[in-house]
Amino acid sequence: MAQRLQTERQATAAPAIELRGISKAFGPVQANRDISIRVEKGTIHGIIGENGAGKSTLMSILYGFYKADRGEILIDGRATQIPDSQAAIRAGIGMVFQHFKLVQNFTVLENVILGAEDGALLTPSLAKARKVLGELAEEYELDVDPDAMIEELSVGHQQRVEILKALYRHADILILDEPTGVLTPAEADHLFRILKNLKEQGKTIILITHKLREIMEITDTVSVMRRGEMTATVMTADTNPEQLAELMVGRKVLLNVPKGPAHPGQTVLEIDNLRVTDEDGVERLKGISLKIHAGEILGIAGVAGNGQSELLAVLGGIARGTGSVRLNGKELDLTGNHSDGQSRRANSIAHVPEDRQHLGMIMDFTAWENVAFGYHHDPAYQKNGLLMDNDAILADTAGKMERFDVRPPIPTLAAKSFSGGNQQKIILAREIERNPDLLLVGQPTRGVDIGAIEFIHKRIVELRDAGKAVLLVSVELDEIMSLSDRIAVMFDGRIMGERLPEKTDERELGLLMAGVSGAAA
Amino acid sequence: MKRLPDWADVVLVPLISVVLAFVISALVILAIGENPVEALQIMLTGALGSAYGWGYTLYYATNFMFTGLAVAVAFHASQFNIGGEGQATLGGLGVAVVCLAFDWPHWTLALAAATVGAAVFGAAWAAVPAWLQAKRGSHIVITTIMFNFIGASLLNYLLVNVMRPVGSMDPATARFPAGAKLPTLFDMTSALGMPLFKSTPVNVTLFIALAACVAVWLLIWRTRLGYMIRAFGRSEPAAVYAGISPVKITMYALLISGALAGMMAINATMGEQKRLILNAVEGAGFIGIAVALMGRSHPFGVFLAALLFGFLFQGGAELALWTTIPRELITVIQALVILFTGALDNMVRMPLERLFLALRRPDGEARR
Repeated sequence: MAQRLQTERQATAAPAIELRGISKAFGPVQANRDISIRVEKGTIHGIIGENGAGKSTLMSILYGFYKADRGEILIDGRATQIPDSQAAIRAGIGMVFQHFKLVQNFTVLENVILGAEDGALLTPSLAKARKVLGELAEEYELDVDPDAMIEELSVGHQQRVEILKALYRHADILILDEPTGVLTPAEADHLFRILKNLKEQGKTIILITHKLREIMEITDTVSVMRRGEMTATVMTADTNPEQLAELMVGRKVLLNVPKGPAHPGQTVLEIDNLRVTDEDGVERLKGISLKIHAGEILGIAGVAGNGQSELLAVLGGIARGTGSVRLNGKELDLTGNHSDGQSRRANSIAHVPEDRQHLGMIMDFTAWENVAFGYHHDPAYQKNGLLMDNDAILADTAGKMERFDVRPPIPTLAAKSFSGGNQQKIILAREIERNPDLLLVGQPTRGVDIGAIEFIHKRIVELRDAGKAVLLVSVELDEIMSLSDRIAVMFDGRIMGERLPEKTDERELGLLMAGVSGAAA
Repeated sequence: MKRLPDWADVVLVPLISVVLAFVISALVILAIGENPVEALQIMLTGALGSAYGWGYTLYYATNFMFTGLAVAVAFHASQFNIGGEGQATLGGLGVAVVCLAFDWPHWTLALAAATVGAAVFGAAWAAVPAWLQAKRGSHIVITTIMFNFIGASLLNYLLVNVMRPVGSMDPATARFPAGAKLPTLFDMTSALGMPLFKSTPVNVTLFIALAACVAVWLLIWRTRLGYMIRAFGRSEPAAVYAGISPVKITMYALLISGALAGMMAINATMGEQKRLILNAVEGAGFIGIAVALMGRSHPFGVFLAALLFGFLFQGGAELALWTTIPRELITVIQALVILFTGALDNMVRMPLERLFLALRRPDGEARR
């Protein structure tokens, strides 16, 4: 069992933050229940937990977005009221959100002073900010061109601007919410260096994440949340990923699905010089060539937005393209009447889209209506030629829910009432049970709980072992490394190279993802 | 989790909205120096207090069921068809062309043919805006409202210059032949030996309207086309993912919508006026929007809302007849009902949701 870090640890100074008995309910949902936590000064404190465990609610209370129903907040040992974010800033708390809050067509400098101007005239504020930014850049490796427009900056640099904004407002405590979700591995490494620097200068950092690797790498202490409760707080040095996963989920979890060697068969999908141009006339795929064999998982690694979505869209019949795509030797229509989702399904291509809430499901539809989604022409779902056989779909859904362990197993429940993991299981059940020759699967575990990730990975590997071809797109390198039999890295609409997972590492893939070709093999 | 139980969503919210609309109407009636209680009594007795009143109420409700269903079907595809007025106008033309074409041997044959005529003409009038929306992205609200004006002008031209009988000064067609006369409910009840609804226009079309309610329910919730319409209406990107063609679904939904609006003319033109006149639609196309909004695009809701608006129409006529309250006030009441059920829906819904949430919380805690 976890070695609990209790308050008997003799702190020399008052903790930077202490929460005592925080509770918060939204209607009947208890988002936080009696949470107490101490974050010592000058440490990096990780908070992990599954989606809906209450991490974001807790941080929103700390940042003044919500008011706790009960409990108190102590900053530097003093009880503090935080009714709004202004009060949080005054108390020395800075927050870096997962989705940046920056004005795209302002410069870095203008963004930094926005809301913190010293007077009606901007010039003195800008001059002061320029000086402060220079000092901060020096001190913490936080160098950003102060005159660059936000829209011209990479995601990693935009995040630095967010950190600078907080430091400019004299934040001593920094909260980062899932900071690495949008970063390349190299950018993430740089961020961690910045965070370690900040820590050495005496800042306190709270890192919210679901990535166990990051927790292990950078935090001093870690708190685990489950279902609105703080289940444990442990010293990072005293724990390991398996134990943390177990604390998060409440049972033992396999972090890496065991899979045997692949036995690739004949070529299922052959892509040659595939190009896709979007509505604005921008070429998103710039001549892709790939092959996938039966019984093989090809993983596409890359930072989001480098053409992976377009690749899935054109193969799934959502977007149009040029070039050649052959499935089992048969040419697929890329621009004509047969380049739609129905034709692709008829060709035995199943597609688990990246954006399950906007593409993969109709959130207002019930689970059973979503099980028929895309397969609504299936003769098994019709009766007497005129009406849909709702009873047949309901029965089919009940079976799928049982086989894919969807909870709660209620076919008549609206899709939006299921958790992300269970929504994904419904989609996977729908697509995998069609027994497709080719499965396209994008971000299979985005926003999915650890427990469900294990299940989803198992099912994908099972499909491969049944001799089917799988095209896996994911921005999670861990996922790509552990599931793929072969890895292709995409950057700016091109394939930068192919690697075998056992013969590469995150560093090499990260360089390819950043567009550095010819990385040492 | 559901914020409101179904019954509250379907019954309570519209009911409170209607009550609020009536309360404000009562204040308006007070302001012009009349007695609101008396006014309500006159409306109730006038519209629902006698078989005669019911006859008119049901006649109007029949019109509103068709136009309400028309708007509702389009709503399910997330299309706002406000061209019911024009589509019903053209439906009238279809009815007239069919009825005047032959000396019909029996009303059943004439009715069947006129139904097809009304539906085809109504759908045809929706087809151009539908195509412009589906293929070109021209906004359906703009195009359908323009087609309302074009339809009215077209009918005006045809009645004055083409279809007017020689020697008549009236911009209307000749009377339909006797074989095209639809039996009124009075005719039908008399044949059964218990005459009801004497000298009122409610006729056999009411049953077609009721059948249309059932048919639309089947279409939307039991057929594959309805499934695709709903899927497309909820999320176009998802529909494309599933291989549902946005162009086809937009066309189908709006053609069905236009056909339903056109069928309103069976009741008004064939059942009541028995010839095609100018402005036979009398705003029923627009009332259909309110009916669909209030009925939450569900055929049963449309049926109930159509009855309410039928009551408002007939009650309003009585009010104008017996008091100094102008008929326009009824338009005010209708407008208030539309305002409260459509635009201000959240004003009633949100407090109600909070109330239900507050009622639920204690037992939510207790379960733990």
